[in-house]
Amino acid sequence: MSVSSEYIAANFERPSFFKRLGWFDWVWAALVVAGAIYAHTYYAALMNSYTVGILYGASAAIIGLGWNWKSVRPLTLVVAVVSLFAISLYGSDIANAQHSFFLKYLISSQSAIMWMSALFVMATFSYLFGLVIRSDFAAAVGTALTWAATTMGLIGLMVRWRESYLLGPNIGHIPVSNLYEVFILFSIVTALLYLFYEQRYQARKLGGFVLLVISAAVAFLLWYAFDRHANAIQPLVPALQSYWMKIHVPANFIGYGSFALAAMVAVAYLLAERNPQGALATQLPSLEQMDDIMHKSIALGFAFFTVATILGAMWAAQAWGGYWSWDPKETWALIVWLNYAAWLHLRLTKGWRGRPLAWWALIGLGVTTFAFLGVNMFLSGLHSYGGL
Amino acid sequence: MNDNTQPVRPRRSYGALTIEFLGSMNMAITLLVVIAIAAVIGTVLQQNQPYTDYEVKFGPFWFVVFHKLGLYNIYDSSWFMGLLGFLLISTSICIWRSTPHILRDMRQHRTDVEHKSLMGFHLKGEWRTARTDEQAAQTAGALLRARGYGIRQQRYDDHVVVAGMKGSIGRIGYILTHLAIVVICVGALIDTNLPLRFKEWRGEVKAETANIPAAQVPASSTLPASNKIFRGTVTIPEGDSANFLYLQLGNGYLVQNLPFTIALDKFRIKHYPSGMPRSFESDIKIFDNNNKKEVLHTTIAVNHPLDYKGYTIFQASFADGGSHLQMKAWSLDLPADKPLELNGTVNHFIKLTTPRGKRTIEFTNFKLYNIFPVDPSDKSGKKFRNYGPSFIFKVRDPSGEALEYVNYMAPQQVNGREFFMSGVRSSPAEPYRYLYIPIDSHGGIERFMQLLAATHDQKLLKQVVAHQVDSQVTGNSPQDKEMRATMQSSIVRLVNMFVAEGIDGVLQHMRQNVAADKQQDAMNSYIKVLQSVLGDVYVKVLRQDHVDLTHGVSNTDSRYFEDAMNAMAMLGPYGSPFYLQLTNFQQVQASGLEITRAPGKDVVYFGSVMLILGVFMMFYLHQRRVWVWLASVDGKTEVLFAGSGHRNRTEFETEFSGLQTELQKAVPPDVS
Repeated sequence: MSVSSEYIAANFERPSFFKRLGWFDWVWAALVVAGAIYAHTYYAALMNSYTVGILYGASAAIIGLGWNWKSVRPLTLVVAVVSLFAISLYGSDIANAQHSFFLKYLISSQSAIMWMSALFVMATFSYLFGLVIRSDFAAAVGTALTWAATTMGLIGLMVRWRESYLLGPNIGHIPVSNLYEVFILFSIVTALLYLFYEQRYQARKLGGFVLLVISAAVAFLLWYAFDRHANAIQPLVPALQSYWMKIHVPANFIGYGSFALAAMVAVAYLLAERNPQGALATQLPSLEQMDDIMHKSIALGFAFFTVATILGAMWAAQAWGGYWSWDPKETWALIVWLNYAAWLHLRLTKGWRGRPLAWWALIGLGVTTFAFLGVNMFLSGLHSYGGL
Repeated sequence: MNDNTQPVRPRRSYGALTIEFLGSMNMAITLLVVIAIAAVIGTVLQQNQPYTDYEVKFGPFWFVVFHKLGLYNIYDSSWFMGLLGFLLISTSICIWRSTPHILRDMRQHRTDVEHKSLMGFHLKGEWRTARTDEQAAQTAGALLRARGYGIRQQRYDDHVVVAGMKGSIGRIGYILTHLAIVVICVGALIDTNLPLRFKEWRGEVKAETANIPAAQVPASSTLPASNKIFRGTVTIPEGDSANFLYLQLGNGYLVQNLPFTIALDKFRIKHYPSGMPRSFESDIKIFDNNNKKEVLHTTIAVNHPLDYKGYTIFQASFADGGSHLQMKAWSLDLPADKPLELNGTVNHFIKLTTPRGKRTIEFTNFKLYNIFPVDPSDKSGKKFRNYGPSFIFKVRDPSGEALEYVNYMAPQQVNGREFFMSGVRSSPAEPYRYLYIPIDSHGGIERFMQLLAATHDQKLLKQVVAHQVDSQVTGNSPQDKEMRATMQSSIVRLVNMFVAEGIDGVLQHMRQNVAADKQQDAMNSYIKVLQSVLGDVYVKVLRQDHVDLTHGVSNTDSRYFEDAMNAMAMLGPYGSPFYLQLTNFQQVQASGLEITRAPGKDVVYFGSVMLILGVFMMFYLHQRRVWVWLASVDGKTEVLFAGSGHRNRTEFETEFSGLQTELQKAVPPDVS
């Protein structure tokens, strides 16, 4: 007797991925596509074929992300609606930032970024508080605040993008061009990566650890804005005027964010491991789970860092005359890459687990931070766009 | 058989052992870490600087040691290349050893698995069902297929095995990533200057170290246009052309001939409203070397290079291409003389004879714009200020000592007054010290020169001093007369010292001759005397100039005097026998082009695509295997369901338990 196809269909077959999508998934995806088409037609004069490709590629990536991680859908909608509202308040006059109530106190890029900073710090305290008093509610508040901070940060970047064009048509550019802007990007990317793992693994109590590194970034951001006035929008130097920036920088920061996340999970791991029955360890995910998150995060970071470094090499071939010049930034990117390659080999082929790799992930963050910040501060080279 | 004999391992050749060592995982990980650490050195020690800089920095002993270690161009050094070579070999051995195994593993479903080994699996479930083994196998196969598994079923004498496999394509990821490393390294190796360095080692090529025109560089330092791999630079002035490049090699350079000629029409810098540069562009023409015909006319800019017949031409830098400068040289030693009209060209020098001896003026740069951020105390609301054209030159004396000067063409506003500004320094490491010469009511430098001339006029000076001394010491006794004479001569000496050496000279003289506790008082009285004598000289100059003094010296004129005094005080350290005033210029710019031929680039890019594909496949497509082992026992069927996931264990555990639940529903345990 053979198993009939009806039998398989009735008992085993699951609807395909696309059939499992609900009406909201489709409406949302249609909105993303419509937005991309609108942007393409409205700003056609400012775009070349590469930027058009990046626009539709990014739209497809957002749709894919949203279909697989549903929380992205409301996030993008809120960011889009609020950003459009802010843009409409601006009209064509940058000076409206001082006149409009909403812009002045909420959603001009600078205000939104300040809100993001405040919310991230509040989220950190909520998470830590939840850990100390063993309160799930406080941790849930932390999650809500992290979402809010991420939303404000994205709104801040979107509005800043527009503001740069209001300063002058040839000044406008995507806000990932200097240290101030990429620190915002770093905070947002790290938070989003964390929120993804938090949902997936119900790992809410890790928030206090991950948000610490984001709060450190926020502290730097605030110092940089208030002490050095780095928040002013600057036009691009000729070397940065390229479509490559739109893909090279975000890919890099998915890498940096993942490595930072892995390092903070490693801290949680190391603390929990010291006393497996302690108050901390019992609230955190199991050691094995944290080890797994660490690995997944580093794998993701490594994949995107590989992409970013290759994109960087291709950009260098166009801007500096060679895909590899052993420039300090290039060399340090290679060092970071080699470091995590060694980490992955130890885990995947040597079967290492746990403590030594957690330490290595933590040291890896030091190496990554030097590649990201130290090179700009201490070493000279072609890639000196974000000096302090 | 004797149980005590140890199994004798077959003796292995040294070659096999070496290969095993090189291809071992420990070797690979060690290499990754060692290369990372070695790479750090080159970022801490600035690479490819002139060797003299290193010698100054490290001293003669360590300079040689570091040179031997290749630390000045570490990424070209043989030991670093060797490390990369080892990584290449290690990776290649890994691929060579693992690929057949992986390919086999991807195809085989392993239906020949033994019951015993499945029992040893971490993930397994056992139950007994009323279904026949055939029914159970069909159902299990259908379920696994619906879940995306590829299925093989095999019937043996006493059992049936359904083997499922999924995601095995992910194993290709391993091969792709590691092969990609080899491909990228080979591509990059093609583009290195290794062949060149081999020729240098053989003595066929010799790096030129002398600063001579390209046409005079000997053939042993010249490479033919047929060379396929290079990365070099050339600076072309506007209206000029070049058919060669300079390649850096060790401490010298080579001349690389090109099969075409590049002519620079125009170099442009565009600015943002803030003054920041917005773009660097060159309008270039390319001529065929054979028939001298123009083949291309285009504009290149940063991020927009030109690809021409496998050559890529980049906008890399810019410089002055020999701007023509017209100047007036005002003698500071003979200020009464008419200024000398001079013509200079940037990157050239002129010789002058001055009262202080022969001087060479080397014109090193001209800048049309000088845009600097304004001082934070400035309340004008502007962030940047353009100081206008300037030129930089060195004044060298016969002993070879030189001071560097920067002179601005237009008068600059300082505290509401306008000055001619000239900066001086003795080495590029120092900041400029500025001489501010106040402009007169006609907007020129003339009154300052008149004043300076008057202070050089000994007759006038004596007259003024005598007049002052007479009004102070009135007696007619011999002592009074002698005192007047002493005072006169010492005041004249003081003024001359001030005029010749500036306030620094006066200070130095005083430090040597006056007791420490009286220096402050002495200095105050010196300044008072200087001010009153020079003030009188100034009044005489104003009278000569027909300035109306019936209401005394105006505020403007007295402030001018203070500024002029300050300028004169600076003349000593200024160190130049003349002040060069730029009166006219014709800017000629030069564009620095980088031209490369990198045939390995496409290989590297191909490897990069492989690497990206491989990495994502490796991390996100996991090979999973499941087996359903079915054996008929007493009219019932024993079911053993087991699985193993290649990596990503936690996720597979979830998947496996889901599959097991489904399978138990479809092939239910026998409850009877």
